[in-house]
Amino acid sequence: MKRKLAAPFVNGLLLAAAVITLFPLFWMTSTSLMVPGEASTFPPPLFPSRATFANYRELFAHAGLGRYLANSVLVATVATIVSLVFNVSAGYAFAKLRFAGRERIFKLLLGALVIPGQVAMVPLFLLLKHLGLVNTYGGVIVPAMASIFGIFLVRQYALSIPNELLEAARIDGASEFRIFRLIVVPVLKPIIVTLAVFTLLGTWNDFMWPLIVLTDKDLYTLPVALATLSREHVQDDEMMMAGSVVTILPVLLVFLSLQRYYIQGLMGGSVKG
Amino acid sequence: MRFERAAWWFVAPALLVIGVFFFLPVFAALLMSLTDFDIYALADLRNLRFVGLSNYVSLLQTPLFWQAFGNTLYFVVVGAIGVSLGAALLLHSRLARFKAFFRTALFAPVVTTLVAVAVIWRYLFNTRYGLLNYALGGVGIQPIDWLGDPHWAMPAIIVFAVWKNFGYNMIILLAGLQSIPEELYEAARIDGASIWRQFRYVTLPMLAPILLMVSILTIAGYFQLFAEPYVMTQGGPLQSTVSVLYLMYEEGFKWWNLGSASAVAFVLFLVIFGITALQLRYTRQGAWT
Repeated sequence: MKRKLAAPFVNGLLLAAAVITLFPLFWMTSTSLMVPGEASTFPPPLFPSRATFANYRELFAHAGLGRYLANSVLVATVATIVSLVFNVSAGYAFAKLRFAGRERIFKLLLGALVIPGQVAMVPLFLLLKHLGLVNTYGGVIVPAMASIFGIFLVRQYALSIPNELLEAARIDGASEFRIFRLIVVPVLKPIIVTLAVFTLLGTWNDFMWPLIVLTDKDLYTLPVALATLSREHVQDDEMMMAGSVVTILPVLLVFLSLQRYYIQGLMGGSVKG
Repeated sequence: MRFERAAWWFVAPALLVIGVFFFLPVFAALLMSLTDFDIYALADLRNLRFVGLSNYVSLLQTPLFWQAFGNTLYFVVVGAIGVSLGAALLLHSRLARFKAFFRTALFAPVVTTLVAVAVIWRYLFNTRYGLLNYALGGVGIQPIDWLGDPHWAMPAIIVFAVWKNFGYNMIILLAGLQSIPEELYEAARIDGASIWRQFRYVTLPMLAPILLMVSILTIAGYFQLFAEPYVMTQGGPLQSTVSVLYLMYEEGFKWWNLGSASAVAFVLFLVIFGITALQLRYTRQGAWT
């Protein structure tokens, strides 16, 4: 008797939770297709009476959304590629190559994980101002070019590479860079994809730092532009929803197509240890 | 040595970036927090004076700081991990179906862009047209000015943030649940333990280290609350949603009191550090490296 009721109970709760988590995203999409003013009626409509892409056209034609989208793509792509190169090579070296002070430097990095990144922001702003990087794409990208978390993630994975594999290649006379390129990178591929997704989503969604370092509207990334637009267009709910769709859709698609790597990275990184 | 030099080539770029753009600024923030660095010093460094701990002293005497601190703490305590644990338990249940779908659906808000979903929720919370008030009206509750009433603004932001973030901890806790050996539950069942007692005496103790880690990460994360008040309330009404980080942003990049903003940042760091240390000590678990 009790068993019979338990299964519908568990699945019913799951269904309710899924409806709650997905509803705002569904409503965003639905509202973005409404004609201006339609969302500001009572009761709030669930579906547009007549679906239209006018809000999207307006955003791209007059609010410069295309420009912000291009900025976001550029910043997130460059930051992801550069940080992958730096973090993967460093993570591998911390796991498999010997150099003086390796353990001590790694311990220092691990300890610094508790320092929130925002502590650095004020002096970082002054430093970048000094370097002429404030209000440039570089100002957004440069601090994201390496991360302690990324190095840590790669190192944990690289520890499992058998030493014999590397030694054999060394005996064959391969240089360290050749070994890295031809043996290590293919073995590390799953964690590289994981880190790529993490970094891409992180830089795409980042808000506070781009807000601080970018003052010129033409350089805004999507989140900064959206926040500014939403303060200017408090009443234009339909248009703001269209802007939200444009901002969220790319990351959601990346996540859905690569979620296996993302979720495994999250689970693997936490349970080890 | 050949190997040694090669190794340095591998680590140098990353260490250089982290050293110059993270460690150096953190150290500089400590020094700056001991000065009266403001817009005059920004124009000419000769206007800079060493003021000792007075930034910290005046910060601790500012009601707004305590308000920001209290708001953030409130956020951390309420936005805790109960929802995540509940969702993880449901997903882990043998009775659950379509697990992959539900896992993705519940996790989806985590990857969305904070600013964009804050815009959606601002609309959901709208006093007149918002769906939330419409739904509450259906059960006879008068419209609530969610984001405009000092009593409701913070709870509203917490509801939003829990929706946005619970999936992250849910996944980590799910991994923890999956690593608990099935034999323990079998043994408990043979002893006649109820579902609740199985949870209390098998699940919770086995999950303790991960719960600890998750709560540290959650506290650190929620203290960094910024975009939510920035987009939804601008810190208002009556500063009821000013968080520690929001205060730092306003001090530093609106009023250009960079010295005092650095002090705010350092207090934030000390708080997070203190909580981490306390939790590690309290449960007597070693570092998880």
